[in-house]
Amino acid sequence: MASIKRFKFKLTTEQLLEMLYWLKLIRAFDERLSVLVRQGRVRSGVYSSIGQEAIIVGSCFGLEKDDYICPLHRDLGSFLMKGVSPGVMMAQMYAKATGLSKGRDSALHSGVPELGIFGNTSMLGANTPVAAGIALTFKLEQRRNVVLAYFGEGAANTGDVHEAMNVAAVHKLPVVFICENNIYAYSVPIEKSMAIEDVADRAEAYGFDGVSINGNDVLAVYQAAQGAIARARSGEGPTLIECKTYRWHGHSEHDPAFYRTDEELAMWKSRDPLTTFTTYLRHRQMLSDEILLEIDQRVVKEIDEAVAFAESSPDPDPSEAATDMLA
Amino acid sequence: MAREIAYLDAIREALREEMRRDPQVFVLGEDVGAYGGAFGITKGLQEEFGEYRCLDMPISESCIIGVSVGASLRGFRPVAEMQFGDFITCGFDQIVNQAATLRYRYGGRVACPIVVRAPVGGNVAGGLYHSQNPESWFVHRPGLKVVAPSTAWDAKGLLKAAIRDNNPVIYLEHKYLYRRAKGPVPEGDEIVPIGQAAVRREGSDITLVTYGAMVMASLDAAERLSKEGVEVEVIDLRTLSPWDKGAVLASLEKTSRLVVVHEDVKTLGLGAEISATVMEERFEHLDAPVMRVTYPDSHCPFSAVLERENLPNADKIADALRTLAAY
Repeated sequence: MASIKRFKFKLTTEQLLEMLYWLKLIRAFDERLSVLVRQGRVRSGVYSSIGQEAIIVGSCFGLEKDDYICPLHRDLGSFLMKGVSPGVMMAQMYAKATGLSKGRDSALHSGVPELGIFGNTSMLGANTPVAAGIALTFKLEQRRNVVLAYFGEGAANTGDVHEAMNVAAVHKLPVVFICENNIYAYSVPIEKSMAIEDVADRAEAYGFDGVSINGNDVLAVYQAAQGAIARARSGEGPTLIECKTYRWHGHSEHDPAFYRTDEELAMWKSRDPLTTFTTYLRHRQMLSDEILLEIDQRVVKEIDEAVAFAESSPDPDPSEAATDMLA
Repeated sequence: MAREIAYLDAIREALREEMRRDPQVFVLGEDVGAYGGAFGITKGLQEEFGEYRCLDMPISESCIIGVSVGASLRGFRPVAEMQFGDFITCGFDQIVNQAATLRYRYGGRVACPIVVRAPVGGNVAGGLYHSQNPESWFVHRPGLKVVAPSTAWDAKGLLKAAIRDNNPVIYLEHKYLYRRAKGPVPEGDEIVPIGQAAVRREGSDITLVTYGAMVMASLDAAERLSKEGVEVEVIDLRTLSPWDKGAVLASLEKTSRLVVVHEDVKTLGLGAEISATVMEERFEHLDAPVMRVTYPDSHCPFSAVLERENLPNADKIADALRTLAAY
């Protein structure tokens, strides 16, 4: 089996620039949230993906409408890429009536079935059995769709992730397991929670392929994801892609992250997925100052509009605090 | 037309009929395939419906329920079998945090039509981990429905209702009743609606509210009291969440005396909730304190001598009825 690290792919300039747009939009969304939570305009529930954006952009880029994503708590960008508008997403963070959960819960705890988005609970890893269930229905219906199931290296140690990978392997379910290894499970560094260096090594024990890649390289993620997705679509079962990365902010915006050094953070900031990709596009003469400005302006405008939509949206009606309990 | 069949055969009949009626219904669990389940309930289903509609799963309760949630998001109606009700704890998170909250946190935009079947209850030499009654945990969690049939008729009709219901339903089947509760079961498509209690015996002196295996013992005790001149009305709740408040209160208005009987432990069992509701809503109708006959706050011992001590039975119920009648 050829490694998915060498999966052949071709992207047009237009597509590459679209990737840049998504990277920038997601970065800008999280940066704005970081401010909004400090201003007290967003109550809490902000788990920044800053520094990790290449994983979502690389893996979600090119997904089909009926493909399903089961993101982790940091993957707000995946909701945007799968079709939720920035305004609705911002309203969700503001706990407004126009948010996905109508103010019932924040962040990514709500989903959109018609867009193929599953929203998990706060129990990390609990999304992976659900992903296996969705993938099982694709298999039963003989569809060529796939499910992307995201979890951190912290959640990699939960029983749910083990159970889901095992079941997916037994039945060759079309799941791509994507481990976002950002080294810290809240405050605990990986060496204190597992005795191996690469989460990807675990895949072999379940009977499928695992690769460990640079999660800050959007094209490396895209390549591996496309390889794994092609494999899943053709009935060859699951793959584990471990994306090595780093989150610049704390676990949540309330976490000062004193458990790591300034030097470590600086080293990872030098591997900024946005800067790296911008440089790549520049070197290939695909990105002019003009286009860059255009993307930046578009992003700022969209985030401003999203905030305006959220702020002008009504709060949920108190009469709905205990409704929608049963269908 | 109704024939006499056993409770356990009635469950299988409901499964088979629902699977024939609706191709979205499928069964999954441990040993449910060729083996037919630990109690033989799914016997023949894999043969008739194929591997994937009667799916053997690894010993992964959390994944069994998580897969069910995922499948339900795509329009399927999975029926998950817990080999023993006691093992449901291993899937607890997927029930109480994943399934129960799904509709609420999705802002009412989805349903979660899954059934979790759990063989519960003692008096079968099961010991600590094959005898438990977990109903209160699930009755306590909003967003779930809980049913507990006591007759073969209801075993079939309630399972059909549970499968067609758009909410997660915990279906508690009592192991003591599997072969002992033999009775008439309709051949056709008879549904027993969720949320409706049944009056098993009419009486004007005392209202006895019970469910599951305790219905038999309660009817036995009621017959004894009848010989002593006390007429007991026996209400079989059938659904524990939402329980049929109307039926209980209407009976109490007639009798002014209430005893609740359950095999579950006393503290915060259904008896506590029913008693508190009666206190709040019909205090002026009470001529005596509400009584409870329950399991003590104990585990389920293996020794027959010890288990007999803990289990409520017709003698203990009759004693309580006498005390209540004389109050």
